[in-house]
Amino acid sequence: MAKPPRIDVSQLTPQMVESFLHQGVPQCAALGVRVLKVAADEAIMALPYNADFVGDPATGVLHGGVVTTLIDTVSGMAVMGATGLPVGIATLDLRIDYLKPARAHAELHAAAHCYKITTSIAFVRARAYHPDAPDDLVASCVGAFMLAANDGKAAAP
Amino acid sequence: MTDMRAAIAAARQSGDINGLVQQIPYLRFLGLQVRLEADGPICSLPADPKLVGDARLPALHGGVVGALLESTAIVHLIWSNEDESLPRIIDLSVDYLRSARLAPIHARGIITRLGRRVANVRAEAWQDDPAKPVAAAHAHFLLS
Repeated sequence: MAKPPRIDVSQLTPQMVESFLHQGVPQCAALGVRVLKVAADEAIMALPYNADFVGDPATGVLHGGVVTTLIDTVSGMAVMGATGLPVGIATLDLRIDYLKPARAHAELHAAAHCYKITTSIAFVRARAYHPDAPDDLVASCVGAFMLAANDGKAAAP
Repeated sequence: MTDMRAAIAAARQSGDINGLVQQIPYLRFLGLQVRLEADGPICSLPADPKLVGDARLPALHGGVVGALLESTAIVHLIWSNEDESLPRIIDLSVDYLRSARLAPIHARGIITRLGRRVANVRAEAWQDDPAKPVAAAHAHFLLS
């Protein structure tokens, strides 16, 4: 089986990756996720505040699930940045600490770093925070991803 | 402002957990539906193209599957616990076991320990066959 072509992520602008993301990942288009950075050492994304994503209507705090989705996505993007493999990454596991509630009416950012790549597995650390307080984390995550997952398993059109 | 304590108390009295779910915007966004069975609530998401995370397969987004498991754990706690506050998540660990297709997905929870301040909950999600889970999670929640 031919190896998938690798891409040089330094040639891609965040806008190009965002357009690719919104086509390939409909959930990210539905959430309005923005791509701020994709590089070999780090990926950063932003989730604009949206009242549809609230988990506690009494406070306007985001649901943990939408934080999970942002972290899963930015972690996968960090693997893509580190490996140059644009497709076929599957999440094996995520372990997320929800350190403090995401503030109401505030944009949420998430950054991820792929710190180890083996033949089949990529290991990632990620964090979520509000951009005005990047060290005061909302969530922290470690995850493992399988590379070249689902190759040749794409559904027939 | 919605008073969640009052909403939870009302849902427990009437048994209408879907009415409570409808008051949580993100669960409405996901399209979460709850069915009560003897051993607890089963939470389901419809086959909605906006929940897809890989358009080529297509497969549901891993984050959406994680959100279903977390929400199922919360619904299970609300259904079983005497307390009337919304449980707050401390941490969540999700294992992705199989690719989740663009098809209805279901999940159920089980409380492994209910303490005074912290609850440990496990949840499992499946599509056609409950014996072939697509994902499993365990989570801690802060109560009251």
